[in-house]
Amino acid sequence: MKTIFEKSIQGKRAVQFGKINNKIIKKIDEKFLRKTEIKLPEVSELDIIRHYINLSKLNFSVDTEFYPLGSCTMKYNPKICEKLAMQKEFLNLHPFLSYIDENTVQGALEIIYEISDLLCEITGMEKITTQPYAGAHGELTGVLLMAAYHKNKGNNKKFVIIPDSAHGTNPASAAMAGYSIISIPVDKDGNMDINILKEKINDEVAGIMMTVPSTLGLFENNIKEIIEIAHKYDALMYYDGANLNAILGKLKPGEIGFDIIHINLHKTFSTPHGGGGPGSGVIGVSKKLVDFLPVPIVIKENEKFKLDFNVKNTIGSVASFFGNFQVLLKAFIYIILLGKEGLIAVSEIAVLNANYILAKLKNFYDLPYNRKCMHEFVISAKKQLKNDIRAIDIAKYLIDNKIHPPTIYFPLVVEEAIMIEPTETESKQTLDEFIEIMVKIAELSEKDPDKIKQAPEKTPILRPDETKAARELKLKCDI
Amino acid sequence: MNVKQGYFYTKDHEWVKIDAMTGKIGITDYAQHKLGDLTYVELPKIGKIVKQGEVLNGLESVKAASDVYAPLSGRVIKINTQLENEPGLINKSPYDDGWIAEIEIADENEIKNLMTADEYIKFLGESK
Repeated sequence: MKTIFEKSIQGKRAVQFGKINNKIIKKIDEKFLRKTEIKLPEVSELDIIRHYINLSKLNFSVDTEFYPLGSCTMKYNPKICEKLAMQKEFLNLHPFLSYIDENTVQGALEIIYEISDLLCEITGMEKITTQPYAGAHGELTGVLLMAAYHKNKGNNKKFVIIPDSAHGTNPASAAMAGYSIISIPVDKDGNMDINILKEKINDEVAGIMMTVPSTLGLFENNIKEIIEIAHKYDALMYYDGANLNAILGKLKPGEIGFDIIHINLHKTFSTPHGGGGPGSGVIGVSKKLVDFLPVPIVIKENEKFKLDFNVKNTIGSVASFFGNFQVLLKAFIYIILLGKEGLIAVSEIAVLNANYILAKLKNFYDLPYNRKCMHEFVISAKKQLKNDIRAIDIAKYLIDNKIHPPTIYFPLVVEEAIMIEPTETESKQTLDEFIEIMVKIAELSEKDPDKIKQAPEKTPILRPDETKAARELKLKCDI
Repeated sequence: MNVKQGYFYTKDHEWVKIDAMTGKIGITDYAQHKLGDLTYVELPKIGKIVKQGEVLNGLESVKAASDVYAPLSGRVIKINTQLENEPGLINKSPYDDGWIAEIEIADENEIKNLMTADEYIKFLGESK
């Protein structure tokens, strides 16, 4: 398919502008004026409509096909959340109204207050900030809170401990906040190696960032002991909530001693994500950190919702206003819609679905850690490798079968990793179809590996050379 | 998997070739094979001081982004700028043209923490 720039024909227009008023141009400082003509595509309105409608037909989403992308929780987003959130009463609100006159936006403030309260209940944390725009932003905020806590106590902390089964963004977030990373390998069962942890932890460790269940889809069996060890050194426990979908109503991270949690609302609480979201990386904290939270916080006083800017040692704002309000709103609707029993069922079915696929695939693929999984699991294409079939080949073959590939080559601790997360919203029929295709791939890799190597054959572009694409970037437009 | 004699190795699959008080550093054939095609090499800055086992620089491949750890403590005195345009050199020639940096060795006693080629071959055999 051609790009819109390649479809450009000189002189074609979708909109006719009036003459530019030179008087206005003269008022603009020289340095802000373009020196060269802007090279926008010159197309008609119909060209634009056809171009983007045709592009949209190539979209692949949860709404079109099965999307078992491990670690991403690509569950279906109920349309009622979308519909309610798109009401004009919400759409036309400006967040600044809350700064001018709280009385005009009591409903919106109530939603922020209530979702914070609900998320505290779900995670067992003391207080919430809704500001961060996405998971990694939440992580950075969380680690900045960690740093503020230690600074306030006069602690000299330099390191953050992260097991190599943690979410991939953790080391980056800790490094951005100024810490050096101590990486801890997993033991033979897939848990963080607690003996190495004991060896490496010291008074200069600011915190431990854990993903529970880990990116191996395994529950961290020693979690209580790890928390005890951390707190002995006044290291804070950070819970990466990427995998919260596995534990709703089963475990409250705050209750077992976690100090910071980020929650990807766009994963567990079913708000749109992929292709830019918008997301939300809400942060929850334990009592120790309440005084450091970003401002403003929505509080309730005499049945009225107000903004509180007086947080003693606040790290300041990390986003404008309250973060992505629409996302908070959709998550709020989702939680209310499902209720307590519904949310517990979410995790139970998510875990059941993953274990069902795992049990069915176990005999066909290498399983690095032979344990029951949580909401996702990691298999390896090691067995297929002897016929030169790699994880990436399996991924490509799945695309031809209208299935979004699982996450591959992550976590790094598993060779030729394939990380599968079906989520609770998929039916047994869909899971069975997926299993059937995966079994077929395993069989094909023995009998006719070339068939897999040729995939995908039914896609708009055939198999791209990924190395070449990464090494030789070609910019297709020049504005 | 190719392992070169005369070099010293780390458990994280870096090599160092020691010549008097300087050490040339790269990643092993095993490491380049695991990473797959390299697409970007973030070179360390000349003058950077590293400690043994600390991050020297970063690598990106089609599969993953990962760190290279310094096999020995020291100060970076040379870097292989050819890798900026040709990261694939690490895949093609991990022990020679694909070298990453050269350091001035700070403490030769640290060499005892490294493996010889034969020890590394044994280590690779065990970790499989």
